[in-house]
Amino acid sequence: MRIVGLETEYGITDPDRPGANPILLSSRLVSACRDALGGLTARWDYGGEDPLQDQRGMRRERRYATGDLLTDSPEYDEAARGVTLRRRRGSWEDPAHLNAVLPNGARFYVDHAHPEYSGPEVRTARDAVRWDAAGDAIVLAATRRYEEIEGERVSLYKNNVDGKGASYGTHENYLIPRDVDFDALAVALTPHLVTRQVYTGAGRVGLGAFGDAAGFQMSQRADYMETEVALETTLRRPIVNSRDEPHATRGRWRRLHLIIGDANCLEVPNLLKLGTTSLVLAAIEAGDERLEELELATPVEDVRTVSRDLSLSARLTLRSGERATALEIQRALLEIARSYADDAADAEIVARWEGVLDRLGRDVMEAAREVEWVAKLQLMGRLRAKHEAAQGVPMAWDDARLAAMDLQWSRLGDGLAWRLAQAGAVERLTTDAEVAQAVAQAPSDTRARLRGAAVVGLGEIVDAAGWSTVVIDRDTRHGNLEVVHLDDPHEATNALLDSLLDG
Amino acid sequence: MPQVNASGQPYEDDAPEPAPAPATMASTDALDDLLEEIDGSLQTNAEQFVRSFVQKGGE
Repeated sequence: MRIVGLETEYGITDPDRPGANPILLSSRLVSACRDALGGLTARWDYGGEDPLQDQRGMRRERRYATGDLLTDSPEYDEAARGVTLRRRRGSWEDPAHLNAVLPNGARFYVDHAHPEYSGPEVRTARDAVRWDAAGDAIVLAATRRYEEIEGERVSLYKNNVDGKGASYGTHENYLIPRDVDFDALAVALTPHLVTRQVYTGAGRVGLGAFGDAAGFQMSQRADYMETEVALETTLRRPIVNSRDEPHATRGRWRRLHLIIGDANCLEVPNLLKLGTTSLVLAAIEAGDERLEELELATPVEDVRTVSRDLSLSARLTLRSGERATALEIQRALLEIARSYADDAADAEIVARWEGVLDRLGRDVMEAAREVEWVAKLQLMGRLRAKHEAAQGVPMAWDDARLAAMDLQWSRLGDGLAWRLAQAGAVERLTTDAEVAQAVAQAPSDTRARLRGAAVVGLGEIVDAAGWSTVVIDRDTRHGNLEVVHLDDPHEATNALLDSLLDG
Repeated sequence: MPQVNASGQPYEDDAPEPAPAPATMASTDALDDLLEEIDGSLQTNAEQFVRSFVQKGGE
């Protein structure tokens, strides 16, 4: 498979002080994470950040960008119109911008008002699932350390909404050759992103961005998608994000950055989310003309329609004028994707994809062991049935107990999703041993290996690291920073770094 | 595809078995216990818990 990566922003709260400043909580959590890892972390190199370049060829002027778009702002130098090395060193001590580059090649940091774990680059969807689960374990260990250090409680949630209008993201990244036309890619991929919700949705109690209508829907993120393609990620959120920040040789690669997906606490949806999307991208890269027949007439509306269609019967209008259900579109995409499965990992995706569509098509509840929204709906259904049997009246969807259960579903440490996995009621793909290894080690087959190994083995001389750089400071007077460029994410070795690691 | 792992092997040879169809809930007792626990915890503080979960927009 191609290089992929997964980023998760967690909800954060102090249960004893609901009004506590989330930026401060997140900063302290990153600090506790550094501590939990015994100081084996490096600071972040902002040199590779380029948030204003658009995949469609234009560039947003800095003065027209909203603040939340400027991810390089901690170390942006106005005079130099970029991030400079001097600047990178200078902001190291600023606690408001805490970052940690982790031994497993991931980045843990404060993104706006949330702690974010950005997993390392991996080559298979299974590895993405594994290093994502490692992120949950690392963040949970950080919360435990936080509580020891601060003497206060903190709770983390792997979800995307607070039910009061706020949404925070789970982002997917896919490496794509630069010569693939981005506009055509966005159009061809959209039907998949709209309809894959049937097996990637994490389930949500509440309808509408502010949860003002009662009900249950498939997706956490659906109500926050407002346009087809855009640079923004916090307002006018797009189905396909166009930020052109490849973190790799620009002339050769694009990094497709998707913000539409839900955070998944279950592992099978995470696997399918990345695996199916990568296969559809392979079809797009090959210029498969069958994809054109699936283009939707009104994709933004359709995101909401599919998310609310729990019986999987709603018909979406295609650009051709024909109508098809989300499941029918998914079956057509599966048939196309089959042609591009070229290894065992892809074959597993195809088999699981087909299986889950079959089960959803027969009876949605048959997919309760693998599809998160179905598992959540089933557990809530049992609570509602229990209540109705005892009280004689149904529990309405705007009952606070169901909203509370929706939150408890994704709480790190004791979340209902993981409790179901422990009870054997939902399928797990990883073992505890595999996750523990992924906490401590980076993937061995991407450049993340070098980043992780440098953090662990070269801590004394690593000044900073980014996605495509490791900054070395081995001059005893600190007068000479060396930037090692890792511009090919596939490349797991580097002459200089490996010689230092061997030495 | 830019990957190096395209071995040229037809995937049928080393493909894993398709995932088996799900059985019914593995451990009904464990789930009943979990449900009991959820129900108990929700009786007391659900409304306040939900009201106090306030986040800022992200990403």
